[in-house]
Parts: sequence; structure tokens; C-alpha cells
Amino acid sequence: MSSELLKQVMSTAAALFLLTSFAMLAQRHMKALLRWLAIQGGLLAVTSALVAFGAEFPELYVSAILALILKGILIPWVLWKIIIHLGVHREVEPLVNIFATLLIGAGLVLFSFYVSLPIAEQSVLLTSNIIAIGLACVLISMLIMITRSKAITMVVGYLAMENALFFMAVSATYGIPLVVEIGVAFDVLIAGLIFSLFFFQIRKTFDSLNLKDMEIKQ
Amino acid sequence: MNLFYLLLGIPLLSSGILAFVGHARLAAGLNIIAGMLTFFAALGLSFEVFEKGTILLYGQSFFLDAFNVFLVSLTAFVSTTTAIFSYSYMLNEKEKSRVSPKSLRLYHAMFQMFIFCMLLALTTNNLGVLWIALELATLTTVLLVSLYRTPKAISAAWKYFILCGVGIALALLGTILIFSTSSEVLGHSNDALSWTLLYQNAERLSPNVMSLAFVFIMVGYGTKVGLVPMHTWLSDAHAEGPTPISAVLSGLLLNVALYALVRCKVLVDIATKQNMAGELMIGFGLLSLIIASLMLHRQYDIKRMFSFSSIEHMGIMTVAFGIGSSLANFAALLHMTVHSLVKSGIFFTVGHAVQEMGTQSMTKIRGLIHHQPGIGWGLILGTIAIAGFPPFAVFASEFMLIAAALQTYPWIVGLILPSLVIAFAGLFRHLQPMVFGVPPEECEVVRVNMLPVYIHLGLALVLGLAMPEFLADWYNYAAIVLHGGAQ
Repeated sequence: MSSELLKQVMSTAAALFLLTSFAMLAQRHMKALLRWLAIQGGLLAVTSALVAFGAEFPELYVSAILALILKGILIPWVLWKIIIHLGVHREVEPLVNIFATLLIGAGLVLFSFYVSLPIAEQSVLLTSNIIAIGLACVLISMLIMITRSKAITMVVGYLAMENALFFMAVSATYGIPLVVEIGVAFDVLIAGLIFSLFFFQIRKTFDSLNLKDMEIKQ
Repeated sequence: MNLFYLLLGIPLLSSGILAFVGHARLAAGLNIIAGMLTFFAALGLSFEVFEKGTILLYGQSFFLDAFNVFLVSLTAFVSTTTAIFSYSYMLNEKEKSRVSPKSLRLYHAMFQMFIFCMLLALTTNNLGVLWIALELATLTTVLLVSLYRTPKAISAAWKYFILCGVGIALALLGTILIFSTSSEVLGHSNDALSWTLLYQNAERLSPNVMSLAFVFIMVGYGTKVGLVPMHTWLSDAHAEGPTPISAVLSGLLLNVALYALVRCKVLVDIATKQNMAGELMIGFGLLSLIIASLMLHRQYDIKRMFSFSSIEHMGIMTVAFGIGSSLANFAALLHMTVHSLVKSGIFFTVGHAVQEMGTQSMTKIRGLIHHQPGIGWGLILGTIAIAGFPPFAVFASEFMLIAAALQTYPWIVGLILPSLVIAFAGLFRHLQPMVFGVPPEECEVVRVNMLPVYIHLGLALVLGLAMPEFLADWYNYAAIVLHGGAQ
């Protein structure tokens, strides 16, 4: 694959990735939210595979497979099982209304493009667009965490943020070294385990997964 | 070389073993032994570094230089004394059945795992692995903070988890950005993340990308350092977790996070040829210092109060590293060492005091010196040391910081000095009645081991009066390495 074509493919992937972030920001239903998380994971895997093929970095195939299994399938599926088990699969309760959140999200995208302007002319490898979009996705994931009141949506936001980071690593730098990549994936997996442990602890202690009930008077 | 195997191997192995040791006394004893062995390995390595200078191990994967070797020894030392303290503390907790045998097993296993993560973070040469180890250190301590399973503990652990998780994710973003520019210089491999190579080639890295990267790294690792305004997890996690964990969080983990920040700062300095990174650190450090010293006055919980004191001191160190002159770096390194020793010593004392009085509320803790004099004296001496009274080394390092500030950014002295005074007042207004008041009737006499406290305070005293020459040499050397890029 020629490098020009690869760049175009990357830009398309980045645009799609941004789209999934916005889709998650706009979701009202838990099930749809998780579906978008899975799609995002899948997109990450496809992008990794494309870069692996296009830029001839065979070790990226490993991260593509990891991404597909962990982020595309396993984690969303486990989260879904937990949600069913705890009976919290109904609506997501946004703290700020969805329209306003989307506006803030758009503002964050503008901000990211502004911040990454100085990088634009520097690099041969990466386009500043990809950095900007990666940054925007990270910020939007943080917004998801901030504006939702349930513990589970917070975790979805956290995972979306990890996805965005991996996406940036793959598209902007053709993947971080494999050792680091596997280490990070391992950390995320453990984090996921601890998260699910926490759901049960929080549920048992506070009788709710709504973070508003978790605030304790000092 | 073999010692290095031991340094990382012992904590990892003993963590595995301790996960299966159900007998409380045996597990606590093994924990101490593992700590001591690790400490001896660390001492041996320090000696090697002392003789040969910087060592690189396994190609470029690990390295020990003057900057990290003393932190390695410090980490191993404080974790050993914490294990000694934890022996009596955890047995007391078990008798009061605040912890189940199962969570005690988890506690010991995770304690050693935590030590392993910190040692890995300190010795690795790879910025990516450094990130992984720091994240893993968070993950191992999250379950320890929620060990008591009280609503407050769970909510504190959740906060700790989310805030540090998000924070450290931003640090990963920064690391990826560094990699994006360094992979163009050093090639697309592990080399592009190894610190020693980056340090040699830092001038060729793109200044714009490095500046942007540092902003994220600052916020990311800064969250773990406990800098204001990302500090809110720290006081909760310290207050609700078991006290030995508060001691190692305050005394060690914050140091390691600051270490990560400083390693990145040096690279950014060289790449940008400005002190932009340093000024950012000064800003965050000053804010932490000021806010934390004011917050000290408004605390009701003794562990929470000392956690704010940790934020204050991390602020001081961040300012000192931010100034970046050799003298300021020297002050920061010394302060790092003494703060670890004294603060963990204070937490040991506080742990005993809380068990004695059965409460963490400062309005109910009274008359420690009358009831169990050892605890009372420990608390007074510890607080005197941390507040920066002369014979202890905190005074020396703060003095050096002010001297360094006068040479570079004189105006910040006007903020540092009042904050130190306010912090001092905040500590002592709470301390006085707790130590000298009339003891309540229902308090009990607990099993106390004050030896670690006095060892820590003794060391802080020695460092303040007569610092050993080799340590001063290391500090000097590290201060110069870190100064490398600053203007």
C-alpha cells in the first residue's frame, strides 16, 4: 500500500473513530452504549490490521488481534453480563442534557485541533489531524465520564478513553513497542477485573450503582 | 547483576507465596523477611553504583544511576520498616476483627506486589514500562484502600481508582506523543522509549511535540503525585485505607510518581531549550503548597490532616524540581528522602494512636502523652520534623530551596515562606490538644512497636546534622544530570 493511500485510510479511520465517540456521547440506552463501545474496539482492531499491512509492521497484527478479542468482544460482553446480573440495564441518566453535552463535545474537537496546530508542519509520519482527533476522542471520553451518574457509564467512558489512546498510538506512531502494548493491555484487563469487583462491592454497600448515592457526608 | 534479579524477584515471588499463607503471624513475619531481603539487595546494588557509576542491565532495559538508586534503597527500606509496623498493627486489627483472614492474605500479597511495581518503575529504562508499573501500582493499592469494606472506604477506593486511572491515561497520551517524535529520531523500536537514549538525543526531538506531551504528562503523573487540583483522591485514600498503606502511599508512591515526572521533565527541557516544563511545575507546586497548607487548618480526621501535609510537601518538591538549578535539585532530592522517612514514621505513630483511641477524629484523640508516652513523643517529634524545625533535615532542604529560589525566581519565596508558616500553625493547633489534653476514659493500651518510628526520625536527624558523603555525592551528581537541560 502506498504511503499516500495509507494516510487517506488513516484519516478515514480517524473520522469514523470520532463518530463512534460522538455516538457514545449521545446514547441514552445502556445496551446501545455498550454496542458502540464494541464497535469502537472493532474499529481499533481493523485500523491496527490496516497499519500492519500498509506500513509492514507485522507486530501490529498481534495488537490487532488483542484489540479485537479484548476490546471488541470480551470487555463489552462481560460488562453486559454484569449489567444484566445487577439489573441496571435501563436508561443511562445524563447529568447534563444530551444536546448540551454534544455541543460541549463539538467545542472539545475545535479545541483539540487548535492545540495540535503547532505539530502540523513538524512531522513526516503523522498528520496533525490524527493527533487532533485522538486528543478529541480522549477529551470526549472524559466528558462521558463526567456527565453520567452511574458507575458503569463511568467505566465505559474510561474504556473509551483507553481505546482512543490506543487508536492514537496506532495511527499516529504506527503502534507503540509490543512490550509496552502488551503491558498496557494487561493493565487495562486487570483494571476491568477490579472494576467489576467494585460494582458488586458498591452495590452491596450502597444498594445502588448511582454515584450520587455514594457521596458521603464528612 | 544477580542482585538485580533478587531486587525485583523477591517481592514478586513473595507476593505469590503470601497469597496462600493464611496464618496471620506467619504471613506478617514473611512479609518482614521479604522486605529485609529486598533491602539488602538494594544496598548491594547501591554499593555497585557507588563503585562503578551508572549501570545498564540487559542491554538497555534497566538502569541504575545516582538518581534512582537512592530511591530504590529508600523504597526498600521504608517498605521493610512498614512491614515491621504492619506486623503489630494488623494483628491488632485482626483481634478487633476489622479484617477477615481472607482480606489479610490479600493485604500481604498486594503489599509485596506494590513494592515490586514501585521498584520496577524506578529501575526501568523504558518510559512505557514506567507507565505500566505506575498504573499497576495504582491497581494493587486500590483493593487495599477498600480493605475494610466500609462505605467510606469503598467510596474512597472508587475515587482513587477513577481519578488516578484517568490521570495516568493522560500520562500515557503524553508518552505516546513522546514516542511519536522520538521514533523518527531513534527508529520505531523500544530504543525510542528508553530514557538513556532519549537523554542523549533529546536535542533532536521536536520541541512542539515535547511541550504538548509534557502538559499531559504533568497532569497525568501530577494526579498521582497528588498535586492540586488533582489531589482529591489522596486525602480520601489515605484516611480510609489501613495505616501501613497510608504510610507507603505517602512515603513511597508519591515519590515514584514525582520521579516519573522529573525524568520526563529533563527530556523536555533539553528538547525545548526553555524552562517551560519547570515553570509549569512551579505553578502546580506552589498551588499545591498554598492550598494544602490552608486545608490543614480545616481537617477533623488525623490521617486526612497528615495526607494534606503530604500534598504540601509534594508541592515543595515539585517547586524545587521546577526551579531546576543544581541547588534546587539537590534540595528536592534531600526533601524527597526526608519526607518519605518522616511522613511514614508519622503514619506509624498515627496508626497506633488511632488504635489506642479507637477513632480517627481529632476532637476525640486526647492526651496521648499521658496515656502511652511512646506514641505521644513519636507524634510530637514527627510533627516537629515534618514542620521543618532545625535539627531535622526538612529544615535543611527547605532552606536550600529558598536559597535556590532567591537566585532564580525570587518572588516565589514570598509565597513559600507564608505557606510554610501557615502549615506549621495548622499542624500544631491540632497536635497540641491531641498530645497534651486529658485522655478519655475508654481508651485502651495497644501493642505498640515504636522502633521503626525512631529509626526513621533518627535518620532524618542524621541527614540534617551530618549527611554521609556518598549520599551528598549522589545527590550532587543527580542534581547535575537533572540540571542538564535547564537554562
